[in-house]
Amino acid sequence: MSTLLKINNLSGGYYKEDIIKELSLNVNQGDFLVIIGPNGSGKTTLLRLLTRVLSLKEGEILYKDENILQMNLKQFCRKVAFVAQDISIDFSFTVEELVLMGRIPHLKRLQYETKRDIEIAREKLVLTDTLNLKDKPIDELSAGERQRVIIAQALAQEPELLFLDEPTSHLDIGHQVQILDLLKKLNRGSNLTIVMILHDLNLASAYSNRIALLDQGMVFKEGTPEEVLTYQNIEKVYKTVVLVNDHPVTGKPNVVLVPGDMS
Amino acid sequence: MRLNRKLLILFLLLGAVIIFGLIKGAVNIPLANLLLKDNQVILNLRLLRVIAAILVGSGLAISGIALQAILRNPLAEPYLLGTSSGAGLAAVIAVIIGVSRIYMPLAAFLGAVLSIIIVYNLSREKGMIADKSLILSGVIISVAFSSVIVFLVSLFGNEAMHEMNWWLWGSLQVYDYKLLLLVAFPVILGICVIYFFAQDLNAISMGEEAAMHLGIDAQNIKKILILVTALISASLICICGIIGFVGLIVPHMMRLVVGPNHKVLIPMTCLAASIFMILCDLMSRTLFSPVEIPIGVITAIIGAPVFIILLKKGRRV
Repeated sequence: MSTLLKINNLSGGYYKEDIIKELSLNVNQGDFLVIIGPNGSGKTTLLRLLTRVLSLKEGEILYKDENILQMNLKQFCRKVAFVAQDISIDFSFTVEELVLMGRIPHLKRLQYETKRDIEIAREKLVLTDTLNLKDKPIDELSAGERQRVIIAQALAQEPELLFLDEPTSHLDIGHQVQILDLLKKLNRGSNLTIVMILHDLNLASAYSNRIALLDQGMVFKEGTPEEVLTYQNIEKVYKTVVLVNDHPVTGKPNVVLVPGDMS
Repeated sequence: MRLNRKLLILFLLLGAVIIFGLIKGAVNIPLANLLLKDNQVILNLRLLRVIAAILVGSGLAISGIALQAILRNPLAEPYLLGTSSGAGLAAVIAVIIGVSRIYMPLAAFLGAVLSIIIVYNLSREKGMIADKSLILSGVIISVAFSSVIVFLVSLFGNEAMHEMNWWLWGSLQVYDYKLLLLVAFPVILGICVIYFFAQDLNAISMGEEAAMHLGIDAQNIKKILILVTALISASLICICGIIGFVGLIVPHMMRLVVGPNHKVLIPMTCLAASIFMILCDLMSRTLFSPVEIPIGVITAIIGAPVFIILLKKGRRV
């Protein structure tokens, strides 16, 4: 498996302090990498650095051996897409209009979407099961529908690498599984590389092939779910008592909480 | 209704109101006599007013669209950067020190530019434009300049007061076609620049970060568009004073009619705002003729109920 994204000694964050400290991590082609870690461990900051929203202070990020800061921003966005937790949009764009915006990196300025762009958008609507919503204004959708639309928009960019920041945090378990199943399908079927932040350790375990556990801006442990999700690692980083057993169906690690007064 | 049909209707309406704007007035000229030599003088004057109305309506409404999208604030309007009070203050000072009336537009323009420079620089933080600071500094500068205006007017009295009224409520009484041409240039150019960024405005209305994820350099585009819209409003103030409501409400009205996609919204709004301004001007000079009602009063009186009707009927009428 070839390396798609190489992060070398990355430091950076906000104006005053570095949130990410000398972090190194590789993302391989075809990975379904889940980033976990406690609040404030730098997960979102890392993703914002990797998608060029924040500027890094030290280190380098290579996409297929090319420094991402030297890539043209639109060109970069044709390869790498980002799915936010939710979007806030003041105007009532329709679902189809929003998904078509995913084609912006492929369009020249003033260029109208071509037939092909509309077909691609249509295809992503079908894929995310949102075609029946296409003429609805975005502000009339439920949280689960919105999230599928945001994913459809990112997919319309036709990226090779998709970042997601807790895409399931506002959703009930049914919709969580629906979204993650879709991403798994895309990961396997279309060879889309996925890097995703998740809070739910069991979802991370069930869907990922690799997990990176972040703590205080550094990678505490990285590897397969079995390697990372041990009770020692989790207790150390999250400072809470857990049991780890095998998932009865998948056989992957299953993390069980233990209430504080019982441990 | 299909988009094409809406476009056609707007074009027909525009044609109709232009004709109305030319034949109606203190003296009504029958359509058949419009091109007679006797009517040449009146016709020229009215033509200037119609052209001014188109320019002012489009310029203010498109600036409003751009600012509402980049600042993600439905209350953003073309005079956001304090251009109105800056221009007013400069005009009042010019009256007091006895500057010839010919140079008034220039004075107003310089005053507007001064306020743009102040507000823009106040809102810069680490090389970025902070939306909240921009809006707040705009308000503060407006209030400060307005107070100085009132102070000067109370010291120097009537003449400055009269001049002030004209600025505050606006008028499309253009007396110089050269000035109109001079103003038309930056306004039309500015509208073109905003349209050039139509795609980017769509993305930026999802937030700067979301726009960046679509490959759009939101910060720089924001800076460019803030300056462009400020320049449009500063230029327009020279010929028509301050005309409120158009830049705020017409964009919202048109979003309800054609949706928020800027590629469609911008051209449609140019048409709608032109129609709106020509009608308002027509009313301002015919309703209580020979007294001319300030056009700013008319824009508010017509605009508010129309907007309420559209709001109640829901989006995409």
